[in-house]
Amino acid sequence: MSNLPNETLIPHIGVVTDVRIDTPDVKTFRVVAPEGGVCFKHIPGQCAMLSIPGVGEAMFSITSSPTNTDFMEFSIKKCGCLTSWLHMMEPGQQITIRGPYGNGFPVESDFKGKDLLFIAGGIGLAPLRSVINYVRHYRSNYGKVDIVYGSRSKDDLVDYNEILNEWCNEEGVNVYLTIDREQEGWDGHVGFVPNYVKELGFDTNKTAIICGPPIMIKFTLAGLQELGFDKTQVFTTMELKMKCGVGKCGRCNIGSKYVCKDGPVFRCDQLDELPNEY
Amino acid sequence: MYQIEKARLGELFARIAASGELILPVENNGTSQYGTWTPEVEVRLDRLNTVRSAKDCFFPQTENLMGFQMKGKEISIIDQRKPCEPFTVFGVRACDAASFGILDRVFLSEPVDTYYQSRRLAGTIVTLACGEPEETCFCSVFGIDAVKPGGDVSCWLTEDTLFWKSLTEKGDALTEKVKDLLTDGDEAALKAYQEKISAIHEKLPLKNLSLEGFNGDATEALFDRPEWAELSEACIGCGTCTFVCPTCQCYDIRDFDTGHGIQRFRCWDSCMYSDFTKMAGGNPRLTQKERFRQRFMHKLVYYPANNDGIYSCVGCGRCVAKCPISMNIVKVIKTLGVKNHE
Ligand SMILES: Cc1cc2nc3c(=O)[nH]c(=O)nc-3n(C[C@H](O)[C@H](O)[C@H](O)COP(=O)(O)OP(=O)(O)OC[C@H]3O[C@@H](n4cnc5c(N)ncnc54)[C@H](O)[C@@H]3O)c2cc1C
Ligand code: SF4
Ligand code: SF4
Ligand code: FES
Repeated sequence: MSNLPNETLIPHIGVVTDVRIDTPDVKTFRVVAPEGGVCFKHIPGQCAMLSIPGVGEAMFSITSSPTNTDFMEFSIKKCGCLTSWLHMMEPGQQITIRGPYGNGFPVESDFKGKDLLFIAGGIGLAPLRSVINYVRHYRSNYGKVDIVYGSRSKDDLVDYNEILNEWCNEEGVNVYLTIDREQEGWDGHVGFVPNYVKELGFDTNKTAIICGPPIMIKFTLAGLQELGFDKTQVFTTMELKMKCGVGKCGRCNIGSKYVCKDGPVFRCDQLDELPNEY
Repeated sequence: MYQIEKARLGELFARIAASGELILPVENNGTSQYGTWTPEVEVRLDRLNTVRSAKDCFFPQTENLMGFQMKGKEISIIDQRKPCEPFTVFGVRACDAASFGILDRVFLSEPVDTYYQSRRLAGTIVTLACGEPEETCFCSVFGIDAVKPGGDVSCWLTEDTLFWKSLTEKGDALTEKVKDLLTDGDEAALKAYQEKISAIHEKLPLKNLSLEGFNGDATEALFDRPEWAELSEACIGCGTCTFVCPTCQCYDIRDFDTGHGIQRFRCWDSCMYSDFTKMAGGNPRLTQKERFRQRFMHKLVYYPANNDGIYSCVGCGRCVAKCPISMNIVKVIKTLGVKNHE
């Protein structure tokens, strides 16, 4: 039916070319179009609907940077039906993919020329990794980069190798890792992300980007405000149940905003204008 | 403007049906439901509203989206969209006719929902003015005139005559097909009829329901009102109000293994259901209070906020008539509105 108009609900085929085990419950999947390259273009912070027909379809952040046109990557935490199935995949498996959905981060506007402070908890690093690698690619467009990343244990740090081998060794990029509890073989910082951020005490001229579980976002934002940050300087992403991805199935709204299309990225002062239902 | 004797409506329907499916209210176990016209069906133009609205014609309760074939590690996608054959919906009341504009703003905004769009393009809407409105009707509150019901063709049915007035190009095309059955309309007779039924509409009990206090900017003022607890207390979350509603648009997407492949389909869903927003990490609407509030805030505040102040309710009264606990949008408006204290 080649003469029919484009329909966003009809997905493309993606081929899984590589599976990386990041943590006991997170794997990162590399996905390419059957003819090679990425299935579509995106901006950092946007998401895609991945599906195994017959199993389910769900939204995932595109964790690779758009500067990478060879493939897309998704870091996926096993927590239910579809994600368990995805975790069993081996290279060569096809999936369906549609998108990109959502607004993405303002990498070409608000972030430009700013010192950036990334704060992530657990799988929350997935959407931030796209921005971080984008910023590293266009390094001269941005100021200093600080990354605070924490998880339950050292085994739960996603993309640990990339962080240690690339991010930690880069000029103008400071990485601060933390884990919730003492652990053998870990001589880094121990403690929760919000407290660590307060201890580190960042300059208030920075733009902060927080991503993680809702409770961590809440306390980190409070911590930043204690340091003197204004809500207009802080960005975060929201996660609600989604089906269509385009503001039509009526599922993901917070007040009058649809997270799938008006989000998932929000500035914290904009979130304040929405009813407290997330 | 044209007219035809009521006794000859069968001929009119046969003629319309000759050039494509004709959907109209038909008898269904003591109620009326939109159904396909055949010479055998019992057409019910006397009952005011069908149990379910006319949205099925454009946004059916279930519809296939696409198919998949799975072979080893490979997947092929089968685009099952077919061009929609032209069809006519007859007997649409003003409220349902207005609901299409509300659904259009959702489904025809970018990215366009092509399933809905193809039906919308193929369908011609013939409306019917309401001569005997129910006490539950309050379309006029939303600026809808049931005496001039809109659509591609508007009709008025008196005791012995159907008046026919085309309003659009699609309406003209349909009129052309049936023209030899019609005679020139008696403008004076139509005007007299319109005046007569206007007088009835003027006396409807909900006529003066005030929407003051409900608009796109009212989230803060309304969201935390304590009255939501009481309003929603008895709601059993059955979803009836959303299924009969012409403007409710929420849907689910699901897969079904046919044995020969995977069929992906969509079906109506309801924000009144407890698992509607349930996620791995919890549920932002934990109790029926939040779900109930969502439905009415969407109709009266969120939709207007995104759509130039237009409400997503057309006052058809279906939820008023059908809710098993007699809770409805009218009670919400009366309780939370600024000016409805009786
Ligand atoms: C914008 C956005 C971005 C996201 N990005 C990522 C990402 O980068 N990485 C990532 O890993 N995740 C991401 N997610 C989350 C991801 O979409 C979910 O983890 C995914 O939908 C889970 O799908 P599933 O089929 O595996 O789980 P499901 O099978 O749907 O189950 C999930 C959980 O819900 C519960 N549940 C579901 N149905 C029922 C039921 N009927 N009764 C009782 N309990 C039930 C279960 O407790 C289960 O643990 C994102 C979500 C959004 C909205
Ligand atoms: S909310 Fe009730 S009265 Fe309003 S359009 Fe829907 S069913 Fe009709
Ligand atoms: S308001 Fe009434 S019809 Fe709607 S879900 Fe609740 S009980 Fe059912
Ligand atoms: S996912 Fe359908 S409206 Fe957002």
